[in-house]
Formats: sequence, C-alpha cells, structure tokens
Amino acid sequence: MADVEERVKGIVVERLGVEETEVTREARFKEDLGADSLDVVELVMELEDEFDLEISDEDAEKIVTVADVVDYIQAQQ
Amino acid sequence: MLKGQSALVTGGSRGIGKAIAVELAKQGVNVAVNYSGNREKAEEVANSCRKYDVEAFTWKADISKEEEVKTMLKEVTSAFGGLDILVNNAGITRDNLMMRMKEDDWDDVMNINLKGVFFCSKAAARTMSKQRSGKIINIASVVGLTGNPGQANYTAAKAGVIGLTKTMAKEFASRNIQVNAVAPGFIATDMTEQMSEEARDAVLSQIPASHLGKPDDVAHAVTFLASSSAGYITGQTINVDGGMVM
Ligand SMILES: NC(=O)c1ccc[n+]([C@@H]2O[C@H](COP(=O)([O-])OP(=O)(O)OC[C@H]3O[C@@H](n4cnc5c(N)ncnc54)[C@H](OP(=O)(O)O)[C@@H]3O)[C@@H](O)[C@H]2O)c1
Repeated sequence: MADVEERVKGIVVERLGVEETEVTREARFKEDLGADSLDVVELVMELEDEFDLEISDEDAEKIVTVADVVDYIQAQQ
Repeated sequence: MLKGQSALVTGGSRGIGKAIAVELAKQGVNVAVNYSGNREKAEEVANSCRKYDVEAFTWKADISKEEEVKTMLKEVTSAFGGLDILVNNAGITRDNLMMRMKEDDWDDVMNINLKGVFFCSKAAARTMSKQRSGKIINIASVVGLTGNPGQANYTAAKAGVIGLTKTMAKEFASRNIQVNAVAPGFIATDMTEQMSEEARDAVLSQIPASHLGKPDDVAHAVTFLASSSAGYITGQTINVDGGMVM
C-alpha cells in the first residue's frame, strides 16, 4: 500500500517540480500543486508507464487529488 | 550547433527526405531513416549519413498505422537515448480531377499525408515533452495554401498539416518544443518526375525563379528550423518555392 503511495509521490515531485512535503494525500494537482492540464496529461501517461496500466480519459478526468491517483491504482492492481 | 543530436526522418529513402537525412548528418546529427518499402534505397541513405561520422539506421514502418509508428518511436528513442528532431516528410500523391477521384485515393492520401503526421508527432511529443525540448518539422506544400486542380486530396491533407502545425506549436510551446512547417513549391524528385512535359512547362511559367527547386533547398530550410537559431520560431510555414507563392 505505502509502496504505491511512495511511487506516486516520487513521480509527482519529479514531474511537477514541487517539494515532497507539499505532496500530501489531500493535495489537489491543479489548485495546490500548480499543474496545468498538460501536466496532468503527462502525469497520467507516466503513471500508465510506471504501473503498466491504462487510465481511460473518463477516469483521468476524475483525478483531482494525490489520493485519487493512489486509490485508483490500488483498485486496479 | 546540431552536433550530437538525434533525428527521425519519415520517408527518408528518396527525394526530399533523403536530402534532409543527409544534410542533418552533415551537421553531426544521428539519423533514423524511415521508409515504407524501399529498403535498399533507405540503406543507401543511412550509408551516406554514416560518412559524416554519425550513427544512422533504417526503420521500416507505414506511418499511417499507429502501432507501427509507436514501435518505431520506441526503438528510435531507445537507440539514441532520446529524440531531438522529428521531420514528418513521408507523403504520396494520388492525383485526379475531383469528379473522378475515388474514395480510396482520398483515404490513402489523408491517411499517409495527414494522419501519419498526427501519429508520428503524438508519439514523439511524449519523449520531447519529458525532455523539455524538441523540434517537429512538417513538410507541407505550397498547394496546401493555394489549392491545385487535380489534387483535392493532397491539398486538403497539406492544408491540414499546416493547421496541425499551428495547434501543436500552441500545445507544446510550454514544453520548449517548436513546431514548424516547410512548404516546398516544385522540387525535382520522383514525385514531380511523373508530370507530363506540358504540366511541367505550365508550372515553370508560374515560378519567378523559373527553375524547379532541389531537394537540398528544402533540406537547408529544415536544418535551420531544427537548429537553436530558430528557437523563437514556432507555428510558422516557410515556403521554399522560388517565389511561386507570396
Ligand atoms: N517533390 C515536390 O515537388 C514536393 C512539393 C511539395 C511538397 N512535397 C512533399 O515533400 C515530401 C517528400 O516528397 P518527395 O517528392 O521527396 O517524395 P518521393 O520522392 O515520392 O518520396 C516519398 C517518400 O515517402 C515514403 N513513404 C511513402 N509512403 C509512406 C508510408 N506510408 N510510410 C512511410 N513512408 C512512406 C517513401 O518511402 P519508400 O521509398 O519506401 O516508398 C519515400 O521515402 C512529401 O510530403 C511531399 O508531399 C514535395
């Protein structure tokens, strides 16, 4: 469990160039972490690669916070 | 200035694509030469590139097939450890007057000349946006700007390429990827060889420079756009046409 969260946070830190402490479960990508829509698309593609899964556009649209991503990936595995 | 960079040139086995691949190699760029059927010609181009002490290899892929394009981009990117320059050059003609044009002729030209550019650019943008740098150069045509009797399919596809160039330029600008088009006029290649003498003369009368262009003329514009000198140019179409269209 913690493993998925760690890996997601690592990718978010690297992709968005934010501090690790900012990447809490509740943090919202756009509002809190300063991501634009292209950042979110890139993030989704990188998560797809990292976790070897496909995130549909429909599901991707529902992603708002870091927790959304972690829960989604855990549910898929 | 381009030394050590890497490029993929689609349709690099002949004509304009060949000239672009060799010119990039001359500038020290490692080049992947894509082709669809002409393996031998493509190998010759790769050999010519290697004379300039760069890495070069060929890759067969039909750019109108997304799976083939994805595999190609994966292979090229891993061989070069990234991708700095994509030149969308591959293209075909299936000319006929509009009222005689078959659906297949329309589809073939759209699939290769327009959809192929979409597939290749989409796959390359993934790598380039991660790198936060890249150059995409699309070979359009001046007839995409002016229209041309007998080329409904081709002109629509080339006008489409120019529109796509502008949208990609806007979408990718924040990732430091510049996207431009080069629109050749009439260049002496296999493609223009097929023209009748009559049609050739008609064309020549429209060119202020009064001679056909050479593949190298296009290649020079491409290497300029690929260089860091052109870093602040994006979304543009440069005509290389001896003054045909202004
Ligand atoms: N020549 C001109 O006057 C002129 C003017 C304006 C624009 N252009 C544009 O410039 C570009 C190059 O033209 P050209 O005159 O050099 O053409 P060309 O001599 O006929 O060469 C066409 C190239 O495209 C490749 N190709 C064709 N279909 C393909 C596919 N489905 N997938 C991958 N590669 C494919 C061919 O590979 P194979 O060798 O394997 O068949 C070849 O390398 C085209 O986009 C054309 O529209 C040319």
